[in-house]
Amino acid sequence: MIEFLQQLINGLAFGSILALIALGYTMVYGILRFINFAHGDVFMLGAFSGFYLAPKIAMILPLPSVAGGILVSIVSMAICAAIGVLIERLAYRPLRHQPKLTMLITAIGVSLFLEYTSQFIFGAAPKKFPEILPAFPLAKIGGLNLNSNQIVVFVVTVLLLIVLRFIILKTRIGTAMRAVSFNPQAAALMGVNTDIVISFTFALGSALAAAAGILWAINYPAIDPLMGILPGLKAFVAAVLGGIGNLPGAALGGLIIGVTETLVSGYISSTYRDAIAFAVLILILLVKPSGLLGRKEIEKV
Amino acid sequence: MRIFHALSLLAVSVAMIVFAGCNKSSSSTNADGNIIKIGEFASLTGSEATFGQSSHKGTQLAVDNLNAGSGLLGKKIQLLTEDDQSQAGQSATVVRKLISSDGVVAVLGEVASSRSLEAAPICQQAGVPMISPASTNPRVTQVGDYIFRVCFIDPFQGTVMANFARKTLKLNDAAVLSDVKSDYSMGLAKFFKEGFAAAGGKIIADENYSGGDKDFNAQLTAIKAANPDGIFVPGYYTEVGLIALQAKQLGINCPIFGGDGWESSSLVPIGGKALEGDYFSTHYSPQDTSPAVQNFVKEYRAKYNETPDAMAALGYDSAMILADAIKHVGTTDGAKVRDALAATKNFPGVTGNITIDPNRDASKPAVILTITNGQFKYVETVSP
Repeated sequence: MIEFLQQLINGLAFGSILALIALGYTMVYGILRFINFAHGDVFMLGAFSGFYLAPKIAMILPLPSVAGGILVSIVSMAICAAIGVLIERLAYRPLRHQPKLTMLITAIGVSLFLEYTSQFIFGAAPKKFPEILPAFPLAKIGGLNLNSNQIVVFVVTVLLLIVLRFIILKTRIGTAMRAVSFNPQAAALMGVNTDIVISFTFALGSALAAAAGILWAINYPAIDPLMGILPGLKAFVAAVLGGIGNLPGAALGGLIIGVTETLVSGYISSTYRDAIAFAVLILILLVKPSGLLGRKEIEKV
Repeated sequence: MRIFHALSLLAVSVAMIVFAGCNKSSSSTNADGNIIKIGEFASLTGSEATFGQSSHKGTQLAVDNLNAGSGLLGKKIQLLTEDDQSQAGQSATVVRKLISSDGVVAVLGEVASSRSLEAAPICQQAGVPMISPASTNPRVTQVGDYIFRVCFIDPFQGTVMANFARKTLKLNDAAVLSDVKSDYSMGLAKFFKEGFAAAGGKIIADENYSGGDKDFNAQLTAIKAANPDGIFVPGYYTEVGLIALQAKQLGINCPIFGGDGWESSSLVPIGGKALEGDYFSTHYSPQDTSPAVQNFVKEYRAKYNETPDAMAALGYDSAMILADAIKHVGTTDGAKVRDALAATKNFPGVTGNITIDPNRDASKPAVILTITNGQFKYVETVSP
């Protein structure tokens, strides 16, 4: 029983990070109907921003500390938001009125470009991510181990999800985002500046990816330029599982993938981990093709 | 805006031409009769980068020393090094290039067994002798009679660690956590399990991960539930560091131990305090007081300003044993060099006396190190 609870905690912590990456995928899809495959690499750039910022910020605030950790995260998120806007501006905007497939292929190109340019600049060897948050073991209830980093991941994910819901449902820019998501042409005719809305979406999604990158690096402190590929792929699966375009769905999908993988590794064999996780995906999509929380879309003819 | 796009396109094309130009500068001295070309493939970048960097530096030092003397057969040696990026598939490509387009007389490499196994059939087919500095999986030299190594093999290493765990650490129940993607890891795990059972111990948990994984909490939680006295992790250093960290976070306090895949300057920076008091077996210790080792350490420090690890020492030995064989037969003919390599007896290497046995493996002692205050400390030497 203790072992099962421990595996559940492991799975939820791992799934929370996937959920955070999945939020970025699903948001961009919601607005543009397009999968930004470079999202996993922005996640990697978030971790590397933190890696290079930490020594600079340590000069102002002592690290590891809560304030220092938050500052590192916020500056990394800002850097990645800027990178996200730049990617959209240079790579995707010129193709906005081309077939969706063109944009998809471009996204794969951007992804490879980021991976191998980073390898050229940062070097391919894994780097040790510095300790930016004070880590300590929390409760040890009857052999159950819970450490502060796992709690931080979970709490940050829930907080960011709430902030995101607030932005989308209660603010002017959020209303504009929803308008563009329903019908870009109509929104533009009503005076919504679609360019700004799309840039903002990319900024928000990339900032989330950066936050996920930092949280990932705090928990698994060896970072390298190709670290975004696998988490990116799994987060994409999580977004599809939850119903792509749906924010709580992405978070739910992330948690389900995280817990499934952990339970399979713990009780069956890690060799079958990915196979079983993807089998779960296929099963759910067979029963509910639009994903767990996704709405059925009616194609207008 | 059109001008902006045109300019960025221009910048990209210029950059591509410049990069393409850089690649083609070293392979133009083809028909030069005064040079002996030796090929080397190593993981200079990627997840096992320190292995390739170290073995390359050791090999380069050996070649420089030889060239500073009389060279080889009155000719200078040219070392052509290719990077396989620690990736599956790459080593076959680069070794094919070394043999067919550069025309090397012999190939040195790799550290990781999986990548040596990829390159070995190509060298065997081309009749080019290949010497692996540090691949310990037995299957590497079984590929054919042109494939050699200058290190011990995993049946020996696995048994050494099994006996060490049973007799010195006095463990009764052990857990094993190995990498399913790595021939080295699976092989070493198998021989450890056999040796540990033969020594009267019990394997109570046997878990796997895939190289490149970052999260090991699931496997470690399962291991913790089995409550072993020690965990054998025959992996490579990046994963080992993360495994040690996560094990401590889960409250696992028994010793963790492994093989020569731990030997890296990156191990302690990643694993930190979580590795204190853990053990691993390897090929040599720079703290060895023998003149051969101390001389090598001095030369290596003078050239690179760092202490050589086992991969560096083995890289050095692999180049030296090849030079010795070529000197012996007075030609670079593949078949004759092969015969000379196979006849090597008591060659005084940095990592001990090397005798090539009938399976083309080196029979040599293993060294056990422990991690104390972030440093590798010598524990004992185990002879075959």
